[in-house]
Amino acid sequence: MPRTLINVPQSVPRGTVFEIKTLVSHPMETGFRPDESGRLRPRDIIHTFVCTYNGEEVFRAELFPAIAANPFLSFTAVATESGELAFHWTDDHGAIHTETARITVT
Amino acid sequence: MRRLALALALVVLPAEADDRRSGFDVMGPDTQAMQQDDTANPGILWVRDGEALWTRADGGKSCAACHGAVESMRGAAARYPVFDGAPLSLEQRINRCRTTHQGATPLAYESQELLALTAVVAHQSRGLPITPDADPHLGAVRAEGERLFRQRQGQLDLACSQCHDDNAGKRLAGNLIPQGHPTGYPVYRLEWQGMGSLQRRLRNCQGAVRAEPYAYGSAELVALEAYLMARAGGMPLETPAVRP
Ligand code: HEC
Ligand code: HEC
Repeated sequence: MPRTLINVPQSVPRGTVFEIKTLVSHPMETGFRPDESGRLRPRDIIHTFVCTYNGEEVFRAELFPAIAANPFLSFTAVATESGELAFHWTDDHGAIHTETARITVT
Repeated sequence: MRRLALALALVVLPAEADDRRSGFDVMGPDTQAMQQDDTANPGILWVRDGEALWTRADGGKSCAACHGAVESMRGAAARYPVFDGAPLSLEQRINRCRTTHQGATPLAYESQELLALTAVVAHQSRGLPITPDADPHLGAVRAEGERLFRQRQGQLDLACSQCHDDNAGKRLAGNLIPQGHPTGYPVYRLEWQGMGSLQRRLRNCQGAVRAEPYAYGSAELVALEAYLMARAGGMPLETPAVRP
């Protein structure tokens, strides 16, 4: 199971733009690197990241083989109401990892 | 507050100016910011894995069963390598605990598990000054490390000291040559896209001068570690550092 580091403010004044930072452990194997026997290691990358805010999608990113291992993404959202941010990562195995963070809008 | 901190810093500064610089001081501001933010420093992923391994019962007992909370390791990494029958690096100490105390198998060098355990132990000393162990056996070990540091090697016939003492601060192709202080290990190196031990770093430098790298855990690498830690005595530990 991948390990993640999430940085979201616990409380934000209504209407303010706030920053969200996410880091996830992942090899991001490009599919272009040979192993010891000369065969290509199969591609294994996170290709999709989605962030929802109380169930509504607020940010989505497509990732490609040129992105380094353990991808770090930072983006912003506007604080509308208290609730839950959910982060979803999808890789080539389809394995989806989800992490959540509560945010209080004051 | 700033002024007070500055005044204090001036008071505790040693009499002679210290011109030693950690790799942290000479890397770019973006990489520095990455190291300093625990939610952006990928090395923290290994520290978290290490926290989980600390309490996992391997061979019947967990590290925590004998040592208690991992915070009890505060200060330990700042003293390594030590002498206990033989010179011992931090990785070797952890593996000795696994084999003699835990009844578990030793972890392979550079395995994610050994890196994670080393990272979590060394992380407890973050911010503490490197304090080389006082055991008199270590004198000869450090002297041997210094000899190796000054010995030319490889097809390029270069000694560690020729880069890290004589040409530190200059550029080698695109790379800045640091003074070569072991202040942040294991480190997350951007070029590796992963975590690596001090010995991996040293073997890398040997490869760069086309020398045959010393084996992991060899007396040569532990001696080099002991010399480098003494050379960096007093400098704060940064684990997990980020390096380009
Ligand atoms: C040809 C020059 C050169 C030689 C010789 C060399 N190094 Fe290095 N070393 C570098 C460079 C350049 C770096 C910085 C990393 C990079 O950009 O590749 C480095 C990095 C290091 C670091 C990491 C410092 C940090 O901030 O994490 C250590 C420790 C080190 N070297 C020790 C050694 C030792 C010990 C030897 C001898 C076995 C050695 N080096 C030989 C050029 C050299
Ligand atoms: C059965 C008890 C026991 C277990 C389990 C154990 N240790 Fe130890 N550890 C010791 C003892 C005793 C020492 C003191 C040195 C010695 O006698 O080997 C020690 C020393 C150490 C030291 C050196 C501390 C210093 O200040 O120099 C480290 C680091 C360490 N252990 C890490 C670990 C890790 C990591 C694990 C789990 C993988 C672990 N130990 C599991 C008993 C244990």
